[in-house]
Amino acid sequence: MNVIVELEKPLTELEAILRDLKNRQRETQGVDLTPKIRELEEKAQQLRAEIFGNLTPWQRVHMARHPKRPLALDYISRLDDFVELHGDRTYRDDPSIVAGLGVLDGIPVCVIGEQKGRDTKENLYRNFGMPHPEGYRKAQRIMRLAEKFHRPLVTFIDTPGAYPGIGAEERGQSEAIATSLKLLAGLRTPIVVNVTGEGGSGGALAIGLGDHIVMLQHSIYSVASPEPAATILWRDATKAEEAAKRLRLTSDDLFEFGIVDEVIEEPLGGAQRDPEGTIGKVLAADRRAIERLMKLEADTLLDRRYEKYRKLGSHSELVHDRAAR
Amino acid sequence: MAPTPNWLRRRAPKPEASSDPLWVVCPECNERVYKKDLAERLFVCPKCGHHFRLGSLDRVALLADGDFHEIGANLVTGDPLQWVDRIPYPQKTSQDRSKSGMLESIVVGTCRIGGIDVGLGVMDFAFRGGTMGSVVGEKIAMLLEECGRRKVPAVLVCASGGARMEEGVIALMQMAKTSLAVQRLGALGVPFVTVLTDPTTGGVSASFGFQADVIIAETGAAIGFAGRRVIDQTIRQKLPDGFQSAEFLLEHGQVDMVVRRTELKGCLTNVLRLLTMKVPA
Ligand SMILES: [Zn+2]
Repeated sequence: MNVIVELEKPLTELEAILRDLKNRQRETQGVDLTPKIRELEEKAQQLRAEIFGNLTPWQRVHMARHPKRPLALDYISRLDDFVELHGDRTYRDDPSIVAGLGVLDGIPVCVIGEQKGRDTKENLYRNFGMPHPEGYRKAQRIMRLAEKFHRPLVTFIDTPGAYPGIGAEERGQSEAIATSLKLLAGLRTPIVVNVTGEGGSGGALAIGLGDHIVMLQHSIYSVASPEPAATILWRDATKAEEAAKRLRLTSDDLFEFGIVDEVIEEPLGGAQRDPEGTIGKVLAADRRAIERLMKLEADTLLDRRYEKYRKLGSHSELVHDRAAR
Repeated sequence: MAPTPNWLRRRAPKPEASSDPLWVVCPECNERVYKKDLAERLFVCPKCGHHFRLGSLDRVALLADGDFHEIGANLVTGDPLQWVDRIPYPQKTSQDRSKSGMLESIVVGTCRIGGIDVGLGVMDFAFRGGTMGSVVGEKIAMLLEECGRRKVPAVLVCASGGARMEEGVIALMQMAKTSLAVQRLGALGVPFVTVLTDPTTGGVSASFGFQADVIIAETGAAIGFAGRRVIDQTIRQKLPDGFQSAEFLLEHGQVDMVVRRTELKGCLTNVLRLLTMKVPA
C-alpha cells in the first residue's frame, strides 16, 4: 500500500465532501452553502499543509510512486505529432521503455521514457517500469537517430531499476546498460534528462547521462531503490524505510550534490494534484535547456558533459590513518 | 616517471583470526590445500583447478613485467552522504584499510605486459567487496586519461559487488564518470581490454566492465548485473545451473573468451599485441 495514499485519506474524503457541496450549491437555490464551503476549504488547506508540509524520505519515496503521478507517456503525449517507435530489431519490443519522435514547441526531438502502469494489468504489461536489455537496446536506436538527425534527446526517468531476472541476465543486462552509457557519453547532440518519478540504479542512469538534468521536487534518485538497497546492505528488504533515510535520494539532496541542475516545484501534495500544470513546467524547462545547449558546438558540448561528471566524487589524499595503526 | 613500487611496501594484511594459518579447504573439491602451495600456484587449487579470488597486488605481480608505477596511490574516499548504520562510514573504511592492507578497492598504474606499455587497473574484492565509490571512479578516470595522453592500451581487471551503497548516488555517478572516460579513450583509437574476475556485478559490469573492445572472463568467475540475492527476492524461482558463470556468459555471447589464470598473461599479451600492431604501409 502506498504510504501517501493512506496519509492523504482524510483529505481525499474532505475534498469529496467539498465537491459534493459545490455541486449542490450550483443545483439548488435557496440555501446558501457558501459559509460552509469556505469553512471546509480552509480546513482542507490546513490539512494539506499538515500532511504534505514536512514529508520524510520514505514518504517522498511513496510520493514518487503515487498511483496518480504523471507517467512518462503523459509527458510524451504532450509533444506535437508524437510517433512511437518500437522494438530493438533483434529480440522484441520492451513495453517498459517507450521511445519515438516528436516536436517540442517547434523543435523536433527524439524522446525516451521509462513507463510504469496505472493499475495491475498495465503494470504487468509494463513490467512495473523495469526494463529488460531489449528495452535499453531500443533506447540506443533512438539515441543514434537523435545524433544522426541532429535532434536533441529528451529522456524521462521513472523506474525502480533494471529488471533482475533470468532472461535479462541471459540477454546481457550489463552490456545493454554499459553500451547505453557509452553511447550517451559520446552523443554529439544535446541530452536533456528529466527525473519525473523513481530513479533507481543503473537502470535509471542508462537513459540519464546528459547535459541538463531536471528533477521534479518529489521524485527520487538513488544508487538502488530502497528495497534492493536494504537487501544488499542488511539482507533485509523490510528495512527499506531505513535505507530511504540513509540514501539521500530526494531532489534537495541531488541538487546539493550537483547531480541535478534544476528542480521543478510541485503543487502542495504532489504533481498529481495538477498534472497539466506540472507537465507544462517540466516541458518548458526542457525547452529552455535545449535552446541554450543547441547553441554549443558539438565538441564544446562533449567537453562540458565530460567535466560535469568528471568532478563528481568525494576523495582526498591520505595524510595519516590513525585507526589503521 | 620514477618507479614508485609503493604498492609493494603496503602494510601487510592482518591474518584472519579464525582461519587456519597453514591450510585452507577448497570450496569446490573440499580438499585441504596447503596455503603456501596455493600461493605458488596463483591461488588455483592444485587438486581441482578451482580459482580462488586473487588480491590486487598478486594480480599486478602476475600481469606486470616488472615495475608498476602507481597513480593516485594515496587516494582515500570521503563521506558524501555522511552515512551511518552500524558505525559511521569513515570508520568502516578505516577498518577496511587496516584489515586489507589496501587504501581502496582498486590499484591503478602504468607498466608493461609482455613488453607492451599499458595502463593497468586491478580491483580487489577484499576491500569492501570491491565496490565502486568515488575513489574507484576517480582512479579509473585518471588511468584512462593517462592512457589517452600516452596512447597506450588500458587493461582493467574487475572484481566487484557493484556500486557502493554507502556512497549512494555519488557511487552511481561513477558509472557515468568512467563511461565518459572509456568513450573518450575509444575516440582516440586506443584499445581497451577488461578481464572480468570473480565476482563482477552491478555498477561495474554495467559500466566499464562491458564497454571494452575485448572482454576476457576468468575461469569460474561469477558475472552478471543483478546479484543472486536480489534476483531470488524478485522472481522466487530456482536459478539454472551455472547461471552467471563465466562459461554461461560465453555461451550466451556476452564475453569474448574464458581464460584460466595460468594462461591469462599470455592471452592478454597476445590480444594487446594484435590490437596495437600497425598495418604495414
Ligand atoms: Zn579444489
